[in-house]
Formats: sequence, C-alpha cells, structure tokens
Amino acid sequence: MKRTRVTQIVSGPDLDGFVRPGQGAGLIDVFRRRYLLSLLVRKEVQVRYRGSVLGWMWSYVKPITQFLVFFVALGVFLQLNGSIPNYPVYLFSGLVVINLFSEAFSNGTKSLVDNAPLIKKIYLPRELFPVSSTLVAFINFLPQAIVLAVVCVFTGWAPNLVQVLGIVLGVLIVVLLAMGLSLFFGSINVSFRDAQNFVELILLVATWASPVLYQWSMVDKILPDWLMVIYQLNPVTAAVELLHAGFWFPTTDAEVTMPPNLWFFGLCALITSSVLLVVGQLVFRRLERRFAQDL
Amino acid sequence: MAIIVTELSKTFLLRHTHSLKESVIAAVRRKPLSSSFNALDEVSFTINTGESVALLGFNGSGKSTLLKLISGVLRPDRGEVLTRGRVAGLIEVGAGFHPDLSGRENIYLNAAILGMSQKEIDSRFDDIVEFSEIAKFIDTEVKHYSSGMFLRLAFSVAIHTEVDILLVDEILSVGDEPFQRKCLAKIRQLHAEGRTLVVVSHDLGMVADLCDRGILIDKGRVVFDGESHEAVVRMRAQ
Repeated sequence: MKRTRVTQIVSGPDLDGFVRPGQGAGLIDVFRRRYLLSLLVRKEVQVRYRGSVLGWMWSYVKPITQFLVFFVALGVFLQLNGSIPNYPVYLFSGLVVINLFSEAFSNGTKSLVDNAPLIKKIYLPRELFPVSSTLVAFINFLPQAIVLAVVCVFTGWAPNLVQVLGIVLGVLIVVLLAMGLSLFFGSINVSFRDAQNFVELILLVATWASPVLYQWSMVDKILPDWLMVIYQLNPVTAAVELLHAGFWFPTTDAEVTMPPNLWFFGLCALITSSVLLVVGQLVFRRLERRFAQDL
Repeated sequence: MAIIVTELSKTFLLRHTHSLKESVIAAVRRKPLSSSFNALDEVSFTINTGESVALLGFNGSGKSTLLKLISGVLRPDRGEVLTRGRVAGLIEVGAGFHPDLSGRENIYLNAAILGMSQKEIDSRFDDIVEFSEIAKFIDTEVKHYSSGMFLRLAFSVAIHTEVDILLVDEILSVGDEPFQRKCLAKIRQLHAEGRTLVVVSHDLGMVADLCDRGILIDKGRVVFDGESHEAVVRMRAQ
C-alpha cells in the first residue's frame, strides 16, 4: 500500500526541490563553499606550528637547511658550482618547485584519512580536504619564493614580463598537478593505505627525475632524443624549467642555453595537469561512495 | 513533504583485507575477501514537512545508518533517499572541532562545516555563545575546556544552524540536566517553528513525548510506523 503511494510520488510533479543527499558537484561545490575552504586553510596554517618556539620561522629554516645540504654536497663537492653559473639560485629555484609539489601531493593524499572523523559524521564536499592541503602547501611556498626573489635581486635579477608569466605558469602547473594526483591517490588511500607509501616513492623519484640538482644539458648529452622528449613531458620538469627561466636565467649573463621549446612543453604540462585533475576528480567521485564506511 | 525514502537498502561489506598485498594473498588462498551484512532492507516511508519522527530500535537495528543515509554521509546501495531543504545533523556533535583553536574560531569553523555562510554565522554568533553559557572562555583554546563545556559549545553551534530538517542522534548525552532541558526546549521550539525533526534516542520516554510519530526498525526493516507512544509500547514488547 505504502510502496505504491511512494512510487506515485516519485514519478509525480511534487518532486520539485528534492535532492539526493550526498551527491554533490565535486570541485564546483568546493568553489561554492569557498568560505569553509578558507576557514579550513586558515585552521591548518594556524595549527601547523602551534606550540613551537620558532613558529613560522620553521618555514624558512627547513628549506634553507635543505638548500645548504644540497649546495655543499653537489655544488662544492661535486663541483657543479663551477659548471653551472650562479648555481645557488639555480638550485633553490628548482627546490622550491619540488617542495611545493611534495608537500601538496603528500599531505593531499593523506588528507582524507586525517579527516576521517569529520567525513564519517557530517556530509560535506570531500574534495575540500585535498584542495585545502594544496592551498596550504601553496601558502607555505610563498615565504620560500620571497627568499628566492630577494636572493635573485641581490644577484642582479631583472626579469621581463614573459619570464614572470613563466613563473606563474610553472606554479599553476604544479598546483593543478598536485591537486589532481591528490584526488586520485587520496581516494585510493581510503581503502588501501599502500597509496600513501607509493606516493612517498613517487616523490623520492620526482626530485631526481627533473633538472633540479643538475642541468638539462647533462641529460640531453646522454639520453636518446625520444627519451629526452619523455623527460621533458614530465610536468614537474616543465615547471622547474619555467622557474629557472624566470628566476635563474635573468641572473646569469645569458651565456647559458635554456632548453628549446620551453613554452611548448609548458603548455603540454598545463594540459597534462588539467587532464590529470579531471581524471583525479572522476576517480574520486567513483570511490567517494565508500569513504564514510571504509575510513 | 520533506523526506522520501523509497525501498532503501544498505549492505555493508566487511572487508577482511586492508592492503593490496593482503588482497592478493587472500585471493590466491581462495579466502573470502569480504562478508556482507544488511543494515537496511527495503525501507520505505515519507516524512512531511514539520513532522517530528522518532526512529526506534535496539542497537544494531539500522537506525543510525538510516540517519546517515538521510544526511548524505552514506549513500544507498539500492533504492533512494530524497530530501528537500537544508539538512543538518546533531550527529556526534563536535566532530569538526579542533582542540588547538579557540572557542570563537571553532564556532566559525563548525558552523561553516554545517553549511552556514559567514553572514549567517556573524548574525548568530552572540546567540550561540549565550546558549552555550561559556562566554567567559570563548577566546580560550578548546583543549582547555571541560568535557561539559566542550559539548555545550558544540551543541550550541549545531542547534543554531539554519536548517529545514534537523537530524538528532542521542541528544541526552549532552551536558548536565539543566542544559539537557534547555536543549530539549530549543528543539521543541524549532519544531514549533515548522522544522522537520528526525530523532534517534534510547531515552524512549523522552522521544515519545517529543515526537508525534514513531518508526520502529528491527534488523533493518520497518516493523511499525505510527503514533510514537504506541511505537514505544511495541518496541518494549519485542
């Protein structure tokens, strides 16, 4: 009796304004709830160094230490300092990209598991968590970028507009890429914690698979042409080279050669990152059904 | 109407493996990867706007699962749930609280999690603080709160969200007796203003008085749907 009544209602015109709970619009919902997103980001930023004496100074101490280690080992001991002009700036402008990517990707992957209590109890667009991790990583990247810019100014940095646009494109590539990969691996990580270990592995490789510590021409000498193309199609490589072109290249005497087709590979990377973001979102939506019960 | 539930079923897959390696090993040894359990089985009912409904049943009957399906935390396996208007749950209050933030910051964060806009929170902030009775400690970090203060604040945020459908799970675990009475009065007031209530509680006397209608669930099936006191009598007879 009851069932027929309900069925009639479902097919009737009475259904105006009804929605299926728990079925959001994904990243679009994240944009709609940007106030909540801003609060989540602010919370992370506030809480990160709470209870530590140095506080946000740690955001400077960590990358500077990392820089010094690489500089002494590679620049001084392996003598890259001699073969790559203005090697400190070269090194640091690549490292900031890798740091941004690593932090966004690894925290984004873990973000759903870290927010399990919330996901299990209240419905909200779950994409919020990987997206806010990426934004927090971006905020953490800013002080490093400022340090880099200051050092660049002291070494005669006067970039033109194209070079600045290149920097913006490079950062955009990394942010989109990290967001897409976080959505993908983060949603798998809910059921299989193997994902976060796999991501650590990817990040370990990522530092060395791009010309961060060495120069692209060293790779070009050894790799066959087709492999070199694949090497350059790596979106992180394109982003690193764009930042080199923006920060480091203007501080040299232009006697160095930047890799050819930089803009072409930059646009390829932008497309790759965007496609991965769409793929990440699709996989996320497919697996999202099970988040609350698997966490 | 506010909520339409049609032939709703929810099956939980209890996974026995938690890594790719375990899955592969279990598959090779031909062990079952998972076993299933029907939490809800072909449940259908409709709830009208402004109604107050108690979901009754013993532990494990599926009532909390039903509440989570209505709130959207879980998604149905078969059948469907439709809701109209804003839904908010007083489910496990305080889930979004962060111990390192002050009471003030937590109010904003939690109200936003529950779907409120900045403007709505600004306009209700004073009411929330007043209701919680912890105005003096509002700028103290929540980790220094007593558990009672914490619950008061969390509940106060949840009850002040702008909603059409209010889902309530175990309200009586909140605070001391005077505060409980105050909460109950607030819930009654929201109902009188035309909000739809769906309540889960083990305090049968209280829910029977609070709600007009009772839906009794046993092993995932609706066994009675009618007047709330009668539903409680049926439940006690089980």
